[in-house]
Amino acid sequence: MKFAIQVNEGPYQHQATDSAYQFTKAALEAGHEIMRVFFYHDGVNNGTNLTTPPQDDRNIVKRWSELGKQHDLDLVVCVAAAQRRGIVDEGEMQRNGKDAQNIAEGFRISGLGQLVEAGIQSERLVVFGD
Amino acid sequence: MSEDIKKFMYLNRRAPYGTIYAWESLEVVLIGAAFDQDVSLAFLDDGVYQLVKGQDTAGVDMKNFSPTYQALGDYDVTKLYVEKESLEERGLTLADLMPLTYEDEDDDWAEKDSIRVVSRAEMADIMEEQDVMFSF
Repeated sequence: MKFAIQVNEGPYQHQATDSAYQFTKAALEAGHEIMRVFFYHDGVNNGTNLTTPPQDDRNIVKRWSELGKQHDLDLVVCVAAAQRRGIVDEGEMQRNGKDAQNIAEGFRISGLGQLVEAGIQSERLVVFGD
Repeated sequence: MSEDIKKFMYLNRRAPYGTIYAWESLEVVLIGAAFDQDVSLAFLDDGVYQLVKGQDTAGVDMKNFSPTYQALGDYDVTKLYVEKESLEERGLTLADLMPLTYEDEDDDWAEKDSIRVVSRAEMADIMEEQDVMFSF
């Protein structure tokens, strides 16, 4: 099965991103394809490399990066949602005159069209949120 | 209708203000309109408040985005299903909602209502027909 995943909530505040991660991992282990993970609303906060959770807790951002690297996942952060919430890559830094970037490894910032496209191209779009 | 057109439904369950879900849902609908899918919107639970007319957000210093719904017809987004029970539970009727219309190109551009009030059971049937559900 070809899945697309939508994550609507930020890390730690809400379990949605944990569930999305566990689902993605389990689907990949079962041999399914994850064609894209799209982070929307506060879900874009899954893609900041400035996160520093306590050492005895899971590192949600790093966990996504590692899973992404392992399976060559397309981890997409919505640009409009990211701009509101301060998730910045090199291009956004330059376009918006910011003095820093914080996009985590393996994530990329792109448009909402990527979410709609994921709905069209996948066999199932699974939404994690409230 | 070609086979690669999917039935897309955007499910709006939350009040327009208080959280950003309603506004960011509408942003997806506007972007998604460019993809020529068979799009419909569903409004249920507090989501029905998104369509209430006469919204005034001056007191809370937030952008009143309700006029954007009136542009949906121009984006060929012409099916807005509103759940009857959700309206009733909140003391609302169709008369409390913004009049939203579109011009039907298959009917000599006649102006038609975009809002269709449906029962909970009908809404379930409509959802059953969908290929993709975006839940906000």
